[in-house]
Amino acid sequence: MTDYSPSRLPEPRIAASVATSTNNHLEIEAVTKNFGSQAVLKGVNLSVAQGGTTAIVGPSGSGKTTLLRLIAGFEHPDTGSIALNGSKVAGDGVWVPAHKRHVGYVAQDGALFPHLTVGQNISFGLDASSLPGRHRGIKARVSELLDMVSLDPAMAKRRPHELSGGQQQRVALARALAREPELMLLDEPFSALDAGLRVATRRAVGKVLKDAGVTTILVTHDQGEALSFADQVAVMRDGKLAQIGNPFIVYTRPADRATAEFLGDAVILDAWMEGSLATCSLGGIPVRRPPAQGRVQLMLRPEQIRIAEDGPIRGTVVDTDYFGPETTVRLKLNIPPVLAEGAVADHRYPGGGEVITIRHWNASITRPGTELCLRVVGEAVAFPMEDLAPE
Amino acid sequence: MTTKLAAPGTIGGTTTAGRGKRPRPPFGVSVVAILAVLIALFSLIPLGYVGVMTAATGWDTAIALIFRPRVGELLLNTVLLVVVTVPLCLVLGVGGAWLVERTHLKGRKWWAVLLAAPLAIPAFVNSYAWVSAVPSLAGLGSGVLIATLSYFPLVYIPAAATLSRLDPAIEQSAASLGLGAWRAFFRVVLPQLRIAMTGGALLVSLHLLAEYGAFAMIRFDTFTTAIMVQYRSTFNGTAGNMLASVLVFICLILLLMEVRSRGSARYARVGSGAQGRALRLPLHAYQLPAQLFLLALTALAFGLPLSFVLRWIIAGGPGIWTADEFLPALLQTLGYGLGGAAATTVVAFPMAYLAVRHPNWFSKALELSNYVTSSMPGIVVGLAFVTVSIRLVPGIYQTAGLLVAAYVLLFLPRALVNIRSGLSQAPKELDEAAQVLGKPPLMSFIRVTLRLTAPAAAGGAALVFLGIVNELTATLLLSPNGTRTLATEFWSKSSAIDYAGAAPYALLMILISAPMTYLLFQQSKKAAGQ
Repeated sequence: MTDYSPSRLPEPRIAASVATSTNNHLEIEAVTKNFGSQAVLKGVNLSVAQGGTTAIVGPSGSGKTTLLRLIAGFEHPDTGSIALNGSKVAGDGVWVPAHKRHVGYVAQDGALFPHLTVGQNISFGLDASSLPGRHRGIKARVSELLDMVSLDPAMAKRRPHELSGGQQQRVALARALAREPELMLLDEPFSALDAGLRVATRRAVGKVLKDAGVTTILVTHDQGEALSFADQVAVMRDGKLAQIGNPFIVYTRPADRATAEFLGDAVILDAWMEGSLATCSLGGIPVRRPPAQGRVQLMLRPEQIRIAEDGPIRGTVVDTDYFGPETTVRLKLNIPPVLAEGAVADHRYPGGGEVITIRHWNASITRPGTELCLRVVGEAVAFPMEDLAPE
Repeated sequence: MTTKLAAPGTIGGTTTAGRGKRPRPPFGVSVVAILAVLIALFSLIPLGYVGVMTAATGWDTAIALIFRPRVGELLLNTVLLVVVTVPLCLVLGVGGAWLVERTHLKGRKWWAVLLAAPLAIPAFVNSYAWVSAVPSLAGLGSGVLIATLSYFPLVYIPAAATLSRLDPAIEQSAASLGLGAWRAFFRVVLPQLRIAMTGGALLVSLHLLAEYGAFAMIRFDTFTTAIMVQYRSTFNGTAGNMLASVLVFICLILLLMEVRSRGSARYARVGSGAQGRALRLPLHAYQLPAQLFLLALTALAFGLPLSFVLRWIIAGGPGIWTADEFLPALLQTLGYGLGGAAATTVVAFPMAYLAVRHPNWFSKALELSNYVTSSMPGIVVGLAFVTVSIRLVPGIYQTAGLLVAAYVLLFLPRALVNIRSGLSQAPKELDEAAQVLGKPPLMSFIRVTLRLTAPAAAGGAALVFLGIVNELTATLLLSPNGTRTLATEFWSKSSAIDYAGAAPYALLMILISAPMTYLLFQQSKKAAGQ
């Protein structure tokens, strides 16, 4: 729910290098894919560094799972190419089928083979002749893998249907890890789990993969999961990658309004841009690298708007939703003092009277009708007005 | 489907050196599709034959042959048979199912199986037993009696399966809305049985239209017996063909009626959560009448035929067990049964695969063709194969291969239904999981999809086997010279009034059928849960 509150945000990390293509583990260039007359992928470019963790996040139907299936080798790209470790696996007349790509894949429901035990599932991809001690070698490897995903090795004898959802996901991960893939693809593997288990399983899986040094690509529709799991987030929308960057950057400096609203709650206000200062109903707010001057749209995260002891910017509480640790407060912004006093309308002050939503921990001071003083922390992001055009 | 087939063309290109490979659609989908189309075309042979024959006859001759008193007589017989027998089967089947599943009937576990047991006795064996018991049996009344006793389990089995799975919350809601037990049954429970009842009624009607032996034995004329007589006298006469087209016409009307009355209503349980146990009514004073009713029913439908078969065996003494006749018949029956079951399973697979993995208008059309074929009586399939083979490929006439092909066509739906449900337990994600674990597509398919489908396919194969063992009509028309199956041997002996000699064959058919019937009974309980 509140995964994107500031305290939960990861420290800014250096974005994965995009410049040098030779060091990249995975290189996707201009990939398109149609199903019948429907264009699912409309030219996707993505690079993933060796050992990096990338989350592809987007609403359902945006094409993210199709992209993952193309990487795994379950589908053919219509145009464009995919390269693993610098060699082409799809596109330009090349085709390497799924079983020769040596990637790991964990599906949404785990896709464990129901007719095999847990141990047989895990050893499914293992070649007995390549392991020392053949049969005993396999057994030892299965125990090792179960241990790696924090499951009791005695579980090897159980059947998949005797496991809980979280356990099934871990077995699926162990099965995918058995062949020591260098690239692991996770297709919404946590979404079928209930909330508490989801966070714990995600952490455990992330740690296992990090320790093993496996390059990981996670597909998810849950922005909190994407931001917390990956060191590179690729936002997918309508068959294209709208933005790629480290989680902190994409959350605090989204490339466009739709990305901003997809990644978390956003307060959008009309504003007037002059230099690097935007003026709006919340006063003057600094903007880094403004895209335009004059009329713009300003984006702030709700947690940037704080309740202050005193100040010129005020709003009246319309209503609230109480969630326990925090309260969501809908405020109607007052007309800015400049406009209220001065008789002349100033084109630099667009509006006043907008209703915005912020969060606060103290429900007792946010009763409907109360007038609160507000201040804004940090920089805002400005979008050119054409973003207003209906999608 | 169309997109998958188009894929290679859009991606095609030159193969680069080394690991490159030309892209291709997922696991031979195009091959499977072509196979399925061929199978569908093959399965439409009987319908096509009837159409072509009717057209070739010319309107004047056709009308003269169809609109004559003899056809009217047969039509009246057939319609009366269906109109009287089907409601009787519905009453007995649903009543039995209700007693077993919804009341505190004593010994209901035994009754549940016993009510399905008559299915293990082929209708013509039942007829033989009744003629032994009451030699004067003949005509419509006797036909209705024997057919009802033979076929009411076709309604009982699906009705019992549905009743045992029906959510009791629905009846409880009815009770809370002020309905008593009886009114709740008629207003809430019975409508829920609609699919089971229409499906069962269709099955019974199709059996009535297709049955030859049972009615021939009591000299009751239906279209099927009349066509057989025509075939015997004129081999491939126009008159017989015209009777066949009327018969096919009736079958198609029945299919249409079933589709209509089935409706588009949804009877599945709405909502999730665990389902409560079925409610059972106390019988109190009705316990004894219920027991007597079921006792009488099973005695007539199962006890009487079995006891008369045994009486003839005892009366015949050891002399009737002539090894040189008996053993070949047993071996040939097993051979045809196993071969036909295997062939049918193999043939059904591509169609089931397309229907489950690539559902679209194309696979739906294939299924529809199969549904129509499933209504074709054995006599029509037999006639079609005789004619087509003699006219087009004389080399295969009266070969074992042609007979097996007819079996495949007759029993394809049984295999198809089972393999379909099996395949839906093996989603393609599992196949992909195996591929990404390093198994080539074919290997993944064998180790995962085929393996997971195997139990259901085996169940389907067993039912096909059951059908072949008891098949008489098509076998009589198509079997190579010198072929002896249990059914044809039984038929030739009982036709020659050698009732004692026929008894061992009847007993053997019952013994082979019994476990398969039990399997069918068990499967229906599982299937109703979905």
